[in-house]
Amino acid sequence: MFANYGYKDASGDYFITIDTDKCDGCEDCVTACSLGIFEVLDEDPNDPMRDEPVAIVKNDKKKKLKYECNPCKPKDNVAPLPCVASCKNQAISHSW
Amino acid sequence: MTDKNNQELWRWTESNWANPDINFKKAKYITAGIDVGSVSSQAVVMADGEMLAYGNMRTGSDSPNSARNALNFALKELGADESIINYCIGTGYGRVNVPMADRTLTEIACHARGANYIYGSEVRTVLDVGGQDIKAIKCDEKGKVSNFLMNDKCAAGTGRGMEVFSDLVGVSINEVGDRSLDVEKEPEPVSSTCVVYAKTEATGLLRAGWSTEQVLAAYCRAMAGRIFELIEKIGIEKGFAVTGGMAKNRGVMERLMPMVKLDFMKTKWDTQLAGAAGAALFGNALCKKGKGRKK
Repeated sequence: MFANYGYKDASGDYFITIDTDKCDGCEDCVTACSLGIFEVLDEDPNDPMRDEPVAIVKNDKKKKLKYECNPCKPKDNVAPLPCVASCKNQAISHSW
Repeated sequence: MTDKNNQELWRWTESNWANPDINFKKAKYITAGIDVGSVSSQAVVMADGEMLAYGNMRTGSDSPNSARNALNFALKELGADESIINYCIGTGYGRVNVPMADRTLTEIACHARGANYIYGSEVRTVLDVGGQDIKAIKCDEKGKVSNFLMNDKCAAGTGRGMEVFSDLVGVSINEVGDRSLDVEKEPEPVSSTCVVYAKTEATGLLRAGWSTEQVLAAYCRAMAGRIFELIEKIGIEKGFAVTGGMAKNRGVMERLMPMVKLDFMKTKWDTQLAGAAGAALFGNALCKKGKGRKK
């Protein structure tokens, strides 16, 4: 499942997408993100029939991604985003 | 003050129903799903995964009472009380405040599953236009979510916006859709999708001599555009179903249809029930899996 966390407003799109089929709940993204955007839950709140842990974007963060993720906004030649780079299964992607 | 001034035009009709063909005493599992949304609350009671009763009410200022009222509204029609329920799942905005819920689930999972029940297994794209958010969901033939996107940051394109407009132009919420289609020439949509600014703009249009119908048409068109932007992001697949109160608004739906370029699926059920129905079905699935209530 592609879980798109975030929103669209008049200033643009702010989404973090987690491919839950690839996510194994290893918590690498939780430690990689210095802003504490991610958390790993034992049960996927969007898929009650799944039994493995899964990473999600915290509820209080998902409506503020435009600001919360500001330090990791694209600039020329910026290194891969820490969360994207940390995920060995390439489950995380962004709309920016 | 005249009666017209006292009328709450945004108030939609509440309803409840019980299935006379099912004897719930013979059912193995009776599960309830309670969807406490920002504007409306629904309770669906199912007997072994079949719709037994439902109640659809307006959410009050306190979630626990709204949940209880909706459930009692459904059970009243059935002539039973809360004790018949084996498992209860809460969903929607107010889900953390459903006192009788054994567990909670997000509305994403519940809406996909509920749409699968209400519209049938051909559903692949579910669009839920609720009171204060829009959800676009793609799912498989079992109602399992494969892609979802929810915009709950902004009230543009949601039911609450329509209520504001119904109040502004003095047209009952049930008539907004039909009245908006009663225009000779489709006007330009209002430019801002923000409800507050759109209302300001519409006030200006009314002062400039636009008819009520034209203003409603301009707003419905803007809403359809706004909703389409969101579903376009996840991609539209055949088997397109709309849930939530907005599915009852012809003004928005008939303007959305040419954008989507697909026929919308039809159902005999109330489209507002999808979330609660999904929750009740998950309750049934969890009971069968042995994950039911610990006695």
